[in-house]
Amino acid sequence: MRLLWLLFAAFARVGIMTFGGGYAMIPILEREIVDRHGWATEEELMDYYAVGQCTPGVIAVNTATFIGYKVAGPVGGVIATLGVVFPSVVIITLIAGVLTSFAEVPAVKSAFAGIRVCVCVLIFNAVLKLWKKAVVDKATLVLFLLVFLLSAFFGISPVLFVVVCAAAGILLTRWGVRGK
Amino acid sequence: MIFLRLFFEFFKTGLFAVGGGMATLPFMYDISTRTGWFTHAMLADMVAVSESTPGPIGVNMATYVGFVTAGIPGAVIATLGLVTPSVIIILLIARALKAFRSSPLVDAGFYGLRPCSIGLIAAALFLVIKIALLNPALYAETGRLLDLFDLKAIVLAAVLLVCTRGVKKLKGLHPIFFILASAVVGVVFRF
Repeated sequence: MRLLWLLFAAFARVGIMTFGGGYAMIPILEREIVDRHGWATEEELMDYYAVGQCTPGVIAVNTATFIGYKVAGPVGGVIATLGVVFPSVVIITLIAGVLTSFAEVPAVKSAFAGIRVCVCVLIFNAVLKLWKKAVVDKATLVLFLLVFLLSAFFGISPVLFVVVCAAAGILLTRWGVRGK
Repeated sequence: MIFLRLFFEFFKTGLFAVGGGMATLPFMYDISTRTGWFTHAMLADMVAVSESTPGPIGVNMATYVGFVTAGIPGAVIATLGLVTPSVIIILLIARALKAFRSSPLVDAGFYGLRPCSIGLIAAALFLVIKIALLNPALYAETGRLLDLFDLKAIVLAAVLLVCTRGVKKLKGLHPIFFILASAVVGVVFRF
């Protein structure tokens, strides 16, 4: 019981201190999981993180489930996950509540019109950052363009793209098209 | 039953969004288009709030969307929906971690999934650009091509692009800094 509480608290701290997720989370995970509690070695943490990136879902949640499972079995996995999302649920609910009631104030509207421009640039930068790892040859460039165009101009469900592209990746590798 | 649908929609997002927080964005746009629970413009605001508050972006967005759709229970249910597939999948592969990591099949699948993921994010970006930098309503009214572009917004976007990519001293700054600066610009120049 105490162990589960420690898991919850440790991952709630990770959740609070992670701004934006992704790589920002690594130093905080190291401090909580490796240094403070000794639940995993640094190498194990990197393994979990790497697998967390290439499984569906939010990376922070995947990593939390891994460590929780290792420390206290399936229940530990669930508790660690609840810990990592707990601060988000509280903080975002508070902010969303406040923002919804101020949404019609002209100054708030102007501020968000400015912020939306910034969001464009941030998403653009995220795409560029992922580009190098994702578009590595002609075949992946074609996949990227197909998905982008079909998704931007036709309302096709993203689920379909994901399933087809995973299959395409397997077939293209098998046919030896990969890397050309 | 809105709670059941919320859970299902976010379960789907958690199951198919590969590659971290931003990868959930195209799924949220899809949800917005199909259900009308929230607008595309609101979603852009949610991205900004999710980037500027503690917590993983994907989780923050799910909570936000859930709250807007069905209040506090909605926030909790959307978040649980998002994380449930992760928990199931990770618990399944945790036993066979080494085999999973070195599986050529998994590697080949991700070879195809990575360009898919950024293709979807780029398409979502296209939707945000339509809202933030273009003015299709005004263009439809006047028919003048110049009215299609929101010049103030495009200038701000260009400045931000240079700051976040070109200027060494600013490049490493946290996104929250640029978001706040853009809010100030928006208020001062009456966007």
